[in-house]
Amino acid sequence: MKRFAELLDRLVLTPSRNGKLKLMVDYFNEVPDPERGLALAAITRDLSIASIKPAMLRGLVEERVDPVLFALSYDYLGDLAETIALIWPVGEDRPQGANDAPTLLEVVETLHAATRAKAPALVADWLDRLDASGRYALIKLVTGGMRIGVSARLAKQALADFGKVDVTAIEELWHGLDIPYLPLFAWLEGHTDKPANLAAAPFRPVMLATAIEDGDLDKLDPADYAAEWKWDGIRVQATAEGGVRRLYTRTGDDISATFPDLMEHLNFEGSMDGELLVGHRSGDLLDDGRQRIEIGSFGDLQQRLNRKIVSAKTIESYPAFIRAYDLMQDGDRDVRAEPFRERRRRLERFVQHLDPERFDISPLVPFDDWSQIVDFRSEPPHPIIEGLMLKRWDSAYVPGRPRGPWFKWKREPFLIDAVLMYAQRGHGKRSSFYSDYTFGVWKGVPEDGELVPVGKAYFGFTDEELKQIDKYVRDNTVERFGPVRSVRANLKTGLVLEIAFEGLNRSARHKSGVAMRFPRISRLRWDKPAREADTLETLEKMLP
Amino acid sequence: MRPEDLLQPRPEGLYCPPGDFYIDPVRPVERALVTHGHADHARPGNVRVLATAQTLDIMAIRYGADFAKERQVAALGEALTINGVDVSFHPAGHVLGSAQIAVAKDGMKIVASGDYKPRPDPTCAAFEPIACDVFITEATFALPVFRHPDDRAEIQKLLRSLRQFPDRAHLVGAYALGKAQRVIRLLRDEGHEDTIYIHGALKTLCDYYESQGIALGPLAPATVDNASKGAFAAAIVVGPPSAFADRWARRFPDPVSCFASGWMRVRQRAKQRGVELPLILSDHADWDELVDTITTIAPSEVWVTHGREEALVRWCETKGIRARPLHLIGYEDEAE
Ligand SMILES: [Zn+2]
Ligand SMILES: [Zn+2]
Repeated sequence: MKRFAELLDRLVLTPSRNGKLKLMVDYFNEVPDPERGLALAAITRDLSIASIKPAMLRGLVEERVDPVLFALSYDYLGDLAETIALIWPVGEDRPQGANDAPTLLEVVETLHAATRAKAPALVADWLDRLDASGRYALIKLVTGGMRIGVSARLAKQALADFGKVDVTAIEELWHGLDIPYLPLFAWLEGHTDKPANLAAAPFRPVMLATAIEDGDLDKLDPADYAAEWKWDGIRVQATAEGGVRRLYTRTGDDISATFPDLMEHLNFEGSMDGELLVGHRSGDLLDDGRQRIEIGSFGDLQQRLNRKIVSAKTIESYPAFIRAYDLMQDGDRDVRAEPFRERRRRLERFVQHLDPERFDISPLVPFDDWSQIVDFRSEPPHPIIEGLMLKRWDSAYVPGRPRGPWFKWKREPFLIDAVLMYAQRGHGKRSSFYSDYTFGVWKGVPEDGELVPVGKAYFGFTDEELKQIDKYVRDNTVERFGPVRSVRANLKTGLVLEIAFEGLNRSARHKSGVAMRFPRISRLRWDKPAREADTLETLEKMLP
Repeated sequence: MRPEDLLQPRPEGLYCPPGDFYIDPVRPVERALVTHGHADHARPGNVRVLATAQTLDIMAIRYGADFAKERQVAALGEALTINGVDVSFHPAGHVLGSAQIAVAKDGMKIVASGDYKPRPDPTCAAFEPIACDVFITEATFALPVFRHPDDRAEIQKLLRSLRQFPDRAHLVGAYALGKAQRVIRLLRDEGHEDTIYIHGALKTLCDYYESQGIALGPLAPATVDNASKGAFAAAIVVGPPSAFADRWARRFPDPVSCFASGWMRVRQRAKQRGVELPLILSDHADWDELVDTITTIAPSEVWVTHGREEALVRWCETKGIRARPLHLIGYEDEAE
């Protein structure tokens, strides 16, 4: 538990991805089974633990320390878990550093077997036996508040680094494994063969496209490639095998529970690759008299994502469907080695038998030469198209991102000119730079002089430009609050930033009423006076 | 004599009317007694200054030789008399030269401890509890959530990270007087013998500590010349915390930023400052040390100053010890 607590402490404060990976790899190397597997499950939030209410912990601590001193401390720190971890009195008979700290295994197993009434005494005993950082980790663990800035994906990457295997191999296995992952660690350490994935409806690592770069098209023969629209939903893998149905994201996270309406319709035997979209009912009638689902915006999709519990009303208003574009498993046949042309034919037959309200096929975009593709890209027929995909007719379905068989070619981004309003110091390598920028546009006419923040960006500039902006921020600071500076921004003075972004949604959470997707700085407009930056009205016109 | 007739807070600082002197005045006065060299306690511009020899030296290093018209050395433990008031200086264990000041007249004795820490520190004389009627204590970390861990464990944490990330420089933020030298000395005690790089602002004080017999081992300036040779990989670099947000920090590629301070106990503080490796090392007493010290000295009254007075006053009340906050102005809450 002590080593686990140290890992958490460091992960929370380490900004860089490589730093986090290194910390996890070292942990897997140093800590034996089953402790490391339990830690892994805690990090990926797969560890379910009988949850303890914060009020119970508070009760425990108030039995032990002066409630007035506790209140003063809590007021000062503002974080209950941290206050309890730090204020917990160390017993006289148990000197700090005594070597009897509980293991994760002890905590997980004991708590699992214990009755609700016994839990407080158990937790109190562990708190007695741990140091401050161990107590904090324990509290986070038992209250289910483990938020440490590590995604499940990053944890899997750390496992891959640890075992020197490709991360797709981990993703493929993941859903067939049980905590504490003993066969996985045994394989990664080279003691045994790769465990067979015995799970029904396993995840199949996906095939990814590379971006088209300048000059790429000249080297390619249009006859070798099929073109499809690139849809702006989320890429999913829908699998139904032997009565088990699963919906995975492209990194293998199981999101079946978020889309119960769709799961009902996975009545097939196989595994398909496609875009999950949501829509609303339109006037068109299907052959059977139902209304067709009209494709919605990315904002509609947001209504369904990132929610633990989806209400029946949301499901009804924002039905989910799949626009399929590939087939990996057709009945009992693994078709990934077949060429795309063949898989596509299979897919068309496959989807015919499915509910047309919930499944359709991403249509091919016919073309003869690349100039047509250039035109399609600049004038896509639907706002939810974010570009084009080019797939070689003869390409097999291979996991990872091979260069050549599949390309993606994104639509040109939207551009606006905004004014820098706030700058925040970065982390790690950038901790001496003001590198995170909040920018705004004029509300009403510029002459009203009111800027409203519309987004934040922290990349898109060179190191040299970063130095220039940093100097500008330091020279034009109006106010400082902690790591943030507000920067002079009015009609006369202000740094204009050209912002590129992928799309715009309405957002009630933002003062401006709009939220940008994937904003980044595309150019510094030192030449442009602040009064000539864009207005909120311009931005609103870009809403789908 | 009532205690408040012997020492009382005034805008200039803590004043002794019968002795006509101030302790750690924040504004220039005729006669100042100074506990230690930190900038919020030792200020330039007083006419006469009485302090330990080391504190006087440190003031001269920081403010120039003319920081006062007249200096007088107080040897630790020596009995002095100022206008009929008995005065003596006793080690405070805070930084090199730091002292508590005991003031007594007509059977009333008050100890103004300045800043202090009871735990052993290889860079200064150990704190001595002094029996007295009124004990004036600081309260920088006077909340029961502040319990500083073992120094050695914190230094080990730094050395472990150095082994774990051998190609990254470890930048340690530490206040220029006291903390920086203590971190370096503790590293030496744990067997770290490599050259430690220091920010220019630390040089004169490190040299001074050396001259006082505190061996700091091989030190080198953290200049850009060294940076170009890639010398900072696997190196420890010590600098004042203010330099970290500064352009100075840019010469180190992909550093691990560390900060040695009692405040690093608070996760949120570490996070806000972008600290990757917090080192909980304080030159102030933690909660347990504050209450243990008061228990040991057993004064009839406690005056609590700079910090979280309320919690310590509350604790004294629950133990039946008379206590009150002493509202002195001008001492920095953040001083570490
Ligand atoms: Zn001090
Ligand atoms: Zn102080």
